[in-house]
Amino acid sequence: MKSLREEFLRTNKLPHIWCPGCGNGIVTAALVRAIGKVGFEQKDVAVVSGIGCSSRAAGYLNFNTLHTTHGRALAFATGLKLAQPGLKVFVVMGDGDATAIGGNHFIHAARRNIDLNAIIINNHIYGMTGGQHSPLTPEGKKATTAPEGTLEREFNILELAVSAGATYGARGTAAQPRLLEKLIVGASQNEGFSVVEAMSTCPVSYGRRNRLGSAVDMLKDIKQRSVSVEKLETKAETTRPRRDIAEEGAEEEGETHDKQEEVIPVGVIFSRPAPEFVERYYRGLNKEKEGKEGKEEKEGQVES
Amino acid sequence: MVYRQEIMLTGAGGQGLILASIILADAAVQDDKNVVQTQSYGPEARGGESMAGVILDIDPIYYPRITSPTVLLSMNQQSFNKYIKRAGENCLVIVDSTFVEDVGNQPAYSYPITARTRLELEKEIVANIVALSIVNTMADLVSRQALQESVLKYTPEGSSDLNLQALELGRQLTHSYD
Amino acid sequence: MKYRKPQLLQGNEACVEGALDAGVRFFAGYPITPSTEIAEGMARKLPRVGGVFIQMEDEIAGMAAVIGAAVGGKKSLTATSGPGFSLKQENIGYAAIAEIPCVIVNVQRFGPSTGIPTAPAQGEVMQARWGTHGDRPIIALSPSSVYETYYLTTAAVNFSQKFRTPVILLLDEVVGHMREKVSLPASGRLMVEKQNYSDIKEYKPFDERKLPPLVPFGEGVYYHITGLVHDEHGFPTRHPEVVVRFMERLHRKINHHRKEIIMTDYTGHVEPKVCIITYGCTVRSARAALQKAYLQKRWPVSLLNLQTLWPFPAEEVKRLADRCDYLLVPEMNMGQIVGEVEKYAHGKAEVLGINRYDGDMITPGQIFQHIEGCFS
Ligand SMILES: Cc1ncc(C[n+]2csc(CCOP(=O)(O)OP(=O)(O)O)c2C)c(N)n1
Ligand code: SF4
Ligand SMILES: [Mg+2]
Repeated sequence: MKSLREEFLRTNKLPHIWCPGCGNGIVTAALVRAIGKVGFEQKDVAVVSGIGCSSRAAGYLNFNTLHTTHGRALAFATGLKLAQPGLKVFVVMGDGDATAIGGNHFIHAARRNIDLNAIIINNHIYGMTGGQHSPLTPEGKKATTAPEGTLEREFNILELAVSAGATYGARGTAAQPRLLEKLIVGASQNEGFSVVEAMSTCPVSYGRRNRLGSAVDMLKDIKQRSVSVEKLETKAETTRPRRDIAEEGAEEEGETHDKQEEVIPVGVIFSRPAPEFVERYYRGLNKEKEGKEGKEEKEGQVES
Repeated sequence: MVYRQEIMLTGAGGQGLILASIILADAAVQDDKNVVQTQSYGPEARGGESMAGVILDIDPIYYPRITSPTVLLSMNQQSFNKYIKRAGENCLVIVDSTFVEDVGNQPAYSYPITARTRLELEKEIVANIVALSIVNTMADLVSRQALQESVLKYTPEGSSDLNLQALELGRQLTHSYD
Repeated sequence: MKYRKPQLLQGNEACVEGALDAGVRFFAGYPITPSTEIAEGMARKLPRVGGVFIQMEDEIAGMAAVIGAAVGGKKSLTATSGPGFSLKQENIGYAAIAEIPCVIVNVQRFGPSTGIPTAPAQGEVMQARWGTHGDRPIIALSPSSVYETYYLTTAAVNFSQKFRTPVILLLDEVVGHMREKVSLPASGRLMVEKQNYSDIKEYKPFDERKLPPLVPFGEGVYYHITGLVHDEHGFPTRHPEVVVRFMERLHRKINHHRKEIIMTDYTGHVEPKVCIITYGCTVRSARAALQKAYLQKRWPVSLLNLQTLWPFPAEEVKRLADRCDYLLVPEMNMGQIVGEVEKYAHGKAEVLGINRYDGDMITPGQIFQHIEGCFS
């Protein structure tokens, strides 16, 4: 296993702003290792992010980095990728960033199958603003804006992504950084819209309020609930965590955690290559150019 | 052409009057006249009435709205009723008698534009070009040459003959009713 | 300068031509009347010059994509109208703080909200200035004819590049939709701001003393762009001294170039008693009124056409206030730029607003009446 490539980090910007025990650092490190592993050149990589704790990752990475507005990272990245098709673009977002305020851009980036690698750090909460519920806060969990537990149901990001047209979807966790790294490598290799959901921890704004223990406890819990997709029996199970599986899993492991908790299917959830948008756009452009050269003459008549 | 002409082409949406106004305006550019073309947008332009305006002048045109038309073409009754109120005393009024049956006391030149187009060219779609040709022949707005070039420029390539015939039909109609 | 043959062109089409001639190679937007022809023109023409057109999922995304493309080194433009202009505001502020060159065309229609979608108005003069939150300068230009639309679009692109700032082109439904005869400069012969990335080694994207061009992503120069207040290298800071220097620089880069940015067009009497100050399509009505008052009646009347609305042509107005008894400010709203005129007239001339807000243009007659009132 290769270690972290120093030149990919802005070491003078460290230490980072994240709280002790925050999963953001682990996910960011996995991203950096993955970029090193696929062998992208530093100058060809751009990291775009939104607004939130997770999106601060961009500032610590020594690439061309674009820290945008809340929810809009994918739309910025779409413009950037179309302008510079050679760039390998990673888009780091929080769960609220990607699926609440940015939900529309998320499904449309998937629909276009534009070659962007979306890394969604899912800590189930609005971390930066101090713990309000997000579309990925599990039903019943508490947040400052859901003091009795949220009534709302959560999204399944990857189900959303696959039905919107994404061509690669994987789920990893901050508790298994090596797997996460592998999944990000997989995303980088997919020509099209790739989504990696990184289950992460926010002990400060989520864990504490929901009595999930220390950061270490939270990571342990995530690890225990993680089940490799290959081990799950049916396809359906790979896109929707099921309560019954959670119970089975718990029995198997001899653990006694909350029956309400779901398993976390991890690994490559879907991979179904399809033509990529930017490549198709430029291919069309070249054709158009060839066809139009004669016509331009007529339009450009010049008179003194 | 006399000093400043304000031409209003009115009718139902889909009768091609906006295209006719653009063709007229483009021909005026070729004749090196100053021109402003406007058209009604919005719900009324969707299915209902359609109004396109062309102002021609040898001086610069500032205010782009038609205040009082010097030429009014109405291709249906509804638009005639609506816009005739704006016509000044010396306004040249031309109507398509296929659809405009009642012009009241208004002195108007009435031609069965659509009916004759249907009959002679078997394609109602060029009634707008026939109407435009009538308007131009009667009001002496732009040169024949320029109008013909603009018609060819703005209509589909395969339909050149049909459109040239439409221009000719318009001229014939004008003279036959002299 | 060489010109193309005279042609019939719509205002919105002239905007497309101007943008392309100034080197715009990226457009992202979302359809909305009365600006849609700009998107449609771009969709047709950009691919022919190797450019990129994309219809985004909404106006917020359109603005974001335009900024993203600018970061990727393309000259970028988006076009919209009222409701869409509101949606773009947050990201316009982003472009301002992150100093990303881009042009936002807003073809004004009657508002607020959906208002009267196809009716003209000039209701976004203040929104152009203050629409996005925070204190920052902005450049906004407003054309009154199809030709002006062409050349103010090119000016907008050039200013955006030179000053690394969003520039707003405030069109209105009348100018955007009307067709006129124009002779455009021969394609490609226009003065266009050139990029020069010579001292890349010492590159500070947000240099405090200079205004370096943005080195596009992908060139091997690693820096950070953020909407947070940042230092010379783009990294977030809250250090009060740096914040103050940052804010002052943001304002200074526009304010110190007012002479270059402010474009006005003056016609009429040299020692006027009455001056009409206006912009956009209302200039046309004012010209017609001026023709009658000045050329026919021979009254000492003049007209100042504000092609640049922001930064506001304060000096021009001050000078006129010194000389005139009356400043008439017709606009298709209930009074927006008139407040600026009052501010700089400073009581030296009487400032009278002339307003219309029923969804149509101010007529020459309406303006003439007010002129007449000043002479009786
Ligand atoms: C338009 C806008 N609305 C709201 C905010 C405030 N805000 C900043 S971050 C954030 C939520 C962050 O949550 P998430 O995206 O999950 O990221 P995390 O901090 O958890 O990593 C919110 C609501 C903002 N910056 N901009
Ligand atoms: S608030 Fe939560 S997400 Fe944000 S840095 Fe702290 S632990 Fe991490
Ligand atoms: Mg979150």
